[in-house]
Amino acid sequence: MQNDFERIERSAAARRRAVRTVTYILLTVWALIVLFPFYWMILSSLKSYSAYNGEYIPRFFTLSPTLENYAEAFTAVPLARYFTNTLIFTLATTAVMLAVTIPAAFAFSRLEFRGKNLLFTLFLSLMMIPNELVIITNFVTITDLELRNTFLGLILPSVTSVFYIYLLKENFEQIPNELYRAAKVDGTSDLKYLLKVMLPICRPTVITITILKVIECWNSYVWPRLITDNEAYFLVSNGIQSIRENGFGRENIPAMMAAVVVISVPLIILFLIFRKKIMAGVLRGGTKG
Amino acid sequence: MKRTDFKAWLYLLPAMLFLGVFMVYPLVDVLVYSFEEGYNSASQTFFGTGLYNYSYVLHDPYFLRAVKNTLILVVITVPVSTGLALLISVGLNSIKPLKELFQTVYFLPYVTNTLAVGLVFMILFKKTAYSDGLINLLINFFGGISVDFIEGPYWAKMFVMCFYTIWVVLPFKILILTGALASVDKTYYNAARIDGTSKWRIFTRITLPMISPMVFYLVITGFIGAFKAYSDEVALFGTNLNAAGMNTIVGYVYDMLYGNSGGYPSYASAAALILFAVVLTITCINLMVSRKNVHY
Repeated sequence: MQNDFERIERSAAARRRAVRTVTYILLTVWALIVLFPFYWMILSSLKSYSAYNGEYIPRFFTLSPTLENYAEAFTAVPLARYFTNTLIFTLATTAVMLAVTIPAAFAFSRLEFRGKNLLFTLFLSLMMIPNELVIITNFVTITDLELRNTFLGLILPSVTSVFYIYLLKENFEQIPNELYRAAKVDGTSDLKYLLKVMLPICRPTVITITILKVIECWNSYVWPRLITDNEAYFLVSNGIQSIRENGFGRENIPAMMAAVVVISVPLIILFLIFRKKIMAGVLRGGTKG
Repeated sequence: MKRTDFKAWLYLLPAMLFLGVFMVYPLVDVLVYSFEEGYNSASQTFFGTGLYNYSYVLHDPYFLRAVKNTLILVVITVPVSTGLALLISVGLNSIKPLKELFQTVYFLPYVTNTLAVGLVFMILFKKTAYSDGLINLLINFFGGISVDFIEGPYWAKMFVMCFYTIWVVLPFKILILTGALASVDKTYYNAARIDGTSKWRIFTRITLPMISPMVFYLVITGFIGAFKAYSDEVALFGTNLNAAGMNTIVGYVYDMLYGNSGGYPSYASAAALILFAVVLTITCINLMVSRKNVHY
């Protein structure tokens, strides 16, 4: 009797261990699939041109890492220029987005005016409109305004985001109305209340939408490609595409990989710093693309 | 107009300006474009109005191929990525040590530039004069024959495209599903365990119904996202997707608008509206199916 019990207990424990081992193995396999391209691009970027092309069977490590590819990436193509362009584009777009989104969310959550519900419904219905549909006219508009190959042309159509207005409005509404009335009694203006009370309370949400917008801007490809054909205004995505098609000579893959590393690193660092915030933010309603 | 009204509109003004100019007006305009026949973007003139643009697009072999590619991509990646995400999330949810590490690693592709990493995938799969590429060496190792996945046969290119798409979309799905799994009330599991319910039965009868709203959300957004695939393909095959034979519907729209074959906003508009109609229909079907099957 006692023996049977122990035997069953033991076999159950063994099965649990087996299931757990298999789970860990499968999870590790997927983790390797995810990480491998990153490893490979760093590794290739550290191999010298001749070493890379000399390996018919690529080696999984290198004994003589070199930084010459990085030097090549910054001198042979205007990588630094692409980088600054993307930085300017990202910062400006995000800043304007915040300046537009916050007041609108405030108006929808706190101020009373005629037609508020109707207008908000109209705003929400705009969320369904895919970018592909409006990009055609925007392309024509920006071309007609002669804003091609300018930062203004890049930034203006990328600013609007109905979803962030919605997200922020929901968050603003959680702040008790009593606070607003108390501020009003004290003679605080609406603008001051928004800046001094609501924004500090809702800081997590503001940070979330800021980060999401930064990621979106850093990776944007389609609009910049349509609107810039002058290399001086390329963003990193377009830069990498032009490097692929005619930079370095097609076969200098180590230099190409060095450029890829340089482009990928800022966002990965941002992610590692704000890991929790980014993941929570995406969980609350980010989608890719 | 009351004073408070005025102030509210003032706060809304910037947002309304941006949305009006870059979303509402284009929406009307795209419809107008799509019905204007023979529109010339240089002189801004057109012959007449009608359905010619739609019929042109629907008879264009490039468009038909783009539709075929997109449909194959949708049919393969949506179920596979959702299923894989479910599997990984269930696995993640059942472990304690290293869970956060795995979650962080799995999320990485979300924050990377798909154009840049696509280049790495291209190199891994590409067959060049110098080397067959790592994947081909792996295939050789298991006794297969090398294939050029980037400029070779159609199915090979399609495989890379689906593989890369799944690699790119999984982080979002895993994140959403692990969130959903973690929020299932533990008392259901305890009750089932006391009843001696088998693991598989617990999964199909408790876990799946409880997270079904999120699964359907992922299926719906997955369909929409896969139908709009474009930049992942550019990353793998270069900007001339028609030459590579791997164009997508969105790629067709942009090619019509801009580039060597561009300058036809009317055709682009018609194609974009066809895409929108298809996506809307499929989303509605999805919603109808989910209303019947999802446990809220």
